[in-house]
Amino acid sequence: MTFFQMTKTVLKSLFSRPATLMYPVKPAKKTDATRGHVKIDPTKCITCRICQRKCPTQAICVDVKEKIWEIDQMRCVVCAICVDTCPTKSLTMDNQYRPPMTARGGLEKFNVAGPKKKEPVAADAAKPAKE
Amino acid sequence: MSKQITIPFGPQHPVLPEPLHLDLVLEDEKVVDVIPTIGYVHRGLEKLVEKREYTEYVFIAERICGICSFIHSQTYVQGIEQIMGLEIPERAQYLRTIWSEYSRLHSHLLWLGCFADSMGFESVFMTSWRLREHILDDLEATTGGRVIQGVCKVGGVRRDIAPEKLDEMVKGLKGIEHELQSLTNVCLHDSSIQHRLKGVGVLSNDDAYYLGAVGPTARGSGVAIDIRETGYAAFGKINFKPVVEYDGDCYARCAVRAKEMFTSIDIIEQCAKKIPDGPVDMKVTGAPDGEFLSRAEQPRGEVIHYIKGNGKKNLVRHRVRTPTFTNIPPLVTLLKGCDLADVPVIVLTIDPCIGCAER
Repeated sequence: MTFFQMTKTVLKSLFSRPATLMYPVKPAKKTDATRGHVKIDPTKCITCRICQRKCPTQAICVDVKEKIWEIDQMRCVVCAICVDTCPTKSLTMDNQYRPPMTARGGLEKFNVAGPKKKEPVAADAAKPAKE
Repeated sequence: MSKQITIPFGPQHPVLPEPLHLDLVLEDEKVVDVIPTIGYVHRGLEKLVEKREYTEYVFIAERICGICSFIHSQTYVQGIEQIMGLEIPERAQYLRTIWSEYSRLHSHLLWLGCFADSMGFESVFMTSWRLREHILDDLEATTGGRVIQGVCKVGGVRRDIAPEKLDEMVKGLKGIEHELQSLTNVCLHDSSIQHRLKGVGVLSNDDAYYLGAVGPTARGSGVAIDIRETGYAAFGKINFKPVVEYDGDCYARCAVRAKEMFTSIDIIEQCAKKIPDGPVDMKVTGAPDGEFLSRAEQPRGEVIHYIKGNGKKNLVRHRVRTPTFTNIPPLVTLLKGCDLADVPVIVLTIDPCIGCAER
C-alpha cells in the first residue's frame, strides 16, 4: 500500500510548461528526417516515369508527351519511395507538413523540362545533310 | 431464471477506442453470453498484394495497423527475404530490433493510457501519453515518421542511425525509465486499481493455451510463449526473458505489459552496445518464388504473415493472422460471467486492435 505516489509527478507538472504545443499558433515539432511532403525541381525531371511506377498509392501521374508531372497530395502517403528512386534527384522530401484542407483537392501540376535533347555529335554535324 | 436481455456494446462506445461490436447477453447484471462481430473497418489489403509489386507492398503491409506498423513491415520483409534466401547485413538486423522495441514501448504506453482512461484514471492517461511522446520523437528523428516509420525494405533498412544519435537515444530512455518506474508503481500498487482488476476476468492457463491466446494475454495466464525467443532479427544475440505472470486476471495482463516496457528498454540498450558497423542494405534482384510463414512478436502477440510468390513481381497470396484476431475467442471466454460494469476494462486488457484484425 502506498500513499502520495503521484505527488512528485503532480508537483513537477504544476511547475513545468505544458507538454503540448499550441499547434496552429506554434509550428509543429519537426526533425531533419521528418517526411512532410514531396517537392519537385521541374528543371531536373526527365519524365522517366519511375516515380509513377513505384508509387504504392498511384498518386503520381507523368505525361511524357505534354511534359507534365502531376501529384495528388491527398493520395500521397509520404513514403518517399519516389525520392529514393528518382534517377536525377529532382524529387526531394520537405519536412514541412502540408496545411489541412476542408475541400477535396491537392492536385498539383508542374511543367517539367523533360528528357535532355541529345547534343549533336561533331561527326553527325560533319555529315552532309541528305538531300 | 431471470429474463435475458441483449445489450449492444460498440462499435462506437465512449471507452472503446476500436470499432469492435459485442452483443452482450445479460441476466440481471451478469454477462452470460457474448457474440462478437467485426467487419467495420475491412480494407481488403490482402487482395491488394496482387496489384502491387512485392517491394512496394512493404508500405501497404506497414499500414495494416497504425500502432504496430513497423513490426508488420518487418514480418513481411522477413518472409520475402526467407523465400529469396537473402542474408541481410547484421547492422540492419540490429536496427530492426531497435525500432521494433521502440514500437513496442510506444504501443504499451498508448495502451496504458487508454486502459487508465477506461477506468477513469485520467492523470495516468496524461502521464503515460506524455512519456510516449519521447518515444515518438526518437522514432521521428531516426525514421522520419511518428507512427508509420516506413524504414523497412526488402534487403535491409532505408535509414541508418548515427552512433551519436544511438547514445543519445539510450540516454533519453534512461531518463524516462525513472518516470516510467513511478508511473507503473502507481498503476500496479494503487489500492483502487487493484480492487478493480484483481480476480476480474480470469483466463485459466488451459483456456489460454487451447483458445489460442497470444502475447500478453497468454503470458498473463502463465503460457510462456514469446516469438522473440525464436531469435529472428537480432533477438538471438540479446539476453532477455519473457515476462510471465500466473494469475490470469486483468491485473496480471496489466503487469505483464508494464514489465515488458522495461524489458524493451533493456533490449534497446543491449542492441546499442552490440550493434556492429557496416552497410544497412543490400541490392536485391529477382522476385520471390515460393512460400513462407513469417512470424514475429508484436506488442499484442504473435503475428503471422503467409507469403506466396510465383517468381513474378506481384505476389500470389498474402495472408495475415494478427494477434487481436486470435485473442477474440479468449475474450469471449473472459467476458462470460463478469459484471456489465467490468466489460470495458476486460475488453481493454486484451489490447484490441481491430484495424489489425480486419486488415
